[in-house]
Amino acid sequence: MPEKPIKGDKRYFMTGNEVVAYAAVMANADIMYGYPITPQNEIMHYWTRMAPKYGKEFLQTEDELSAGFTTVGGVLAGRKAFTATAGPGNTLMQEPISMAEAMRLPIVVAVQQRGGPSTATVIYSQQEVTLTTFGGNGEGFRIVYSTATHQELYDYTIKAFNTAWKYRFPTFILGDGYQAKMRESLTMYDPESRGIELVSPEAYVGMPGTPGIDRPPGQYRNTYNVEEELYEVLQQYQKEYDAIAPEVAEFESLGAEDSDLVVVSHGVVSRAAKEAVMELREAGVKVGYFRPITLRPMPEKQLREVANKAKTLLIAESAIGQLARLVKDSIYGCGAGIIPLFKPGAGITAEEISAKIKSVLG
Amino acid sequence: MSVQLAMPKSWRVDTKPHKFCPGCGHGLVLKALGEAIDELGIQDKAVYGCDIGCSLLSWDFFNIDAIQTHHGRTTPVITGIKRANPEVIGIAYMGDGGGYAIGSQHLVNAAARNEKITLILVNNTQYGMTGGQMAPTTMPGQKTETSPYGRDPEKTGYPTQGPEMVAAITQEGAYVARGTVANPKQMKGFIKKALENQINGRGFSFVEILSTCPTNWRTNAEDTWKFLEKDMTKYFKVGEIKVPESRHEEGK
Repeated sequence: MPEKPIKGDKRYFMTGNEVVAYAAVMANADIMYGYPITPQNEIMHYWTRMAPKYGKEFLQTEDELSAGFTTVGGVLAGRKAFTATAGPGNTLMQEPISMAEAMRLPIVVAVQQRGGPSTATVIYSQQEVTLTTFGGNGEGFRIVYSTATHQELYDYTIKAFNTAWKYRFPTFILGDGYQAKMRESLTMYDPESRGIELVSPEAYVGMPGTPGIDRPPGQYRNTYNVEEELYEVLQQYQKEYDAIAPEVAEFESLGAEDSDLVVVSHGVVSRAAKEAVMELREAGVKVGYFRPITLRPMPEKQLREVANKAKTLLIAESAIGQLARLVKDSIYGCGAGIIPLFKPGAGITAEEISAKIKSVLG
Repeated sequence: MSVQLAMPKSWRVDTKPHKFCPGCGHGLVLKALGEAIDELGIQDKAVYGCDIGCSLLSWDFFNIDAIQTHHGRTTPVITGIKRANPEVIGIAYMGDGGGYAIGSQHLVNAAARNEKITLILVNNTQYGMTGGQMAPTTMPGQKTETSPYGRDPEKTGYPTQGPEMVAAITQEGAYVARGTVANPKQMKGFIKKALENQINGRGFSFVEILSTCPTNWRTNAEDTWKFLEKDMTKYFKVGEIKVPESRHEEGK
């Protein structure tokens, strides 16, 4: 049995869903659990084609509740387990994700955002930001990478498994239907050949030895008897989350330090924002670009620096202010004002962003 | 001098006495399960999952790796574990609300896929932990907090026949039975066979256990036992419902 589908660096031209499946194999993921929903289906399609060749497993479940909870089970068994979903599936997935949050289980979930609310469209949106960062009846103890390119889908899918198993918080690759279905060039590689060490999973249950005799039993709960007990657990989680946030948070910026107006965007919209900003800067217009790569935790320190220097943040997103809420929360007390460019469930072009910048600058 | 009654070897002594109400059937079911685990020598391989509801009180009941899950979701969690590590013996423990209402899709589909796991479902005809609401298994005419004038089958249907349903949708190799805490020896036999079925890799195994809830039934000892033995058995027939063909016959 060949160990891996990719050896050395190699250029490919493929869809984002295919990229995620390859990246999961290359991250040494062991098992995928999934339920069909557009636009993530091909992640399962490619995984199931590769799985028997590389000793991987797959289970198609009865719904996303089950896909999420079986993924939780896979992680408890000490395997690198993941699932993928979108839209209404992401809504159902919040229940198992909240259990993973409560028990610090390193599940990995790829979300390919589609239109919302409800069934809406199978095409594209950035409307699952709130759900993915803070869904469920909890506090958002999660790590969310918002990718913009196929290269990033590959890089951050591999990274998501490492982040999840290193810090033991549920970890997400937040893509969208455009990224899922579009073909694009990227370089795939064996992470280990680039010195990226793959974090090994550990079992929570089913370890060697008899519990109570050779070792204590591995017993885990998410229910507490009294409020003090829960409070103590959550205080500890918050402390640990705050401690790792600065090393987990990632961002990208361009000319954000010397511009009065900075465009803030994430995911695929940031490609349009970057293009618009670069063109205007070439034309001599002082305008900046800032993109959080992690939406949870937000790169708060860097964003606050930007919001303390710039007069205006132009927030562009394919949703009505889901990113904007995260930004406002991060920059509370800073000087910059906010101008929205919100297009729920619809794509945003560089021309639209450029026109908006020009209208703001006058 | 007090006499310490024998506990199954696989029980966790430091979490006893257990947390169930006086007269509750869970202790009897878990004793039978503990003894079955002891007799089969699978304490080192068993992974136990419990649901939400009174069953969650058993999360640290055994000296066995265990997970307390969500309401209705023990079946997929144990399925996920077993799929990822087929070496373990996966045991999902739940109530009738968890198995037949909120988690019914998981029960049906795990059974249809013939997952190699063992489900033990304790049927006490109502939701115990939340204070005695009507469940899929509530008897016609039975008063609960959400059927205060008695369950009306015209409006809310008849009690779910769980094992009969599971037997109908599982393939050859599955083991399905209904036991009762009124007959501990038989109950233990069913649980043991269900675990053996998984150990032998034959298929899905499911045991429903008729049990008692004097707290929410508001019954004394005599009426509790009468309800269990006389009333519940009118709808819920005790016995083995689906048994795999013996290996001998299979070899013919």
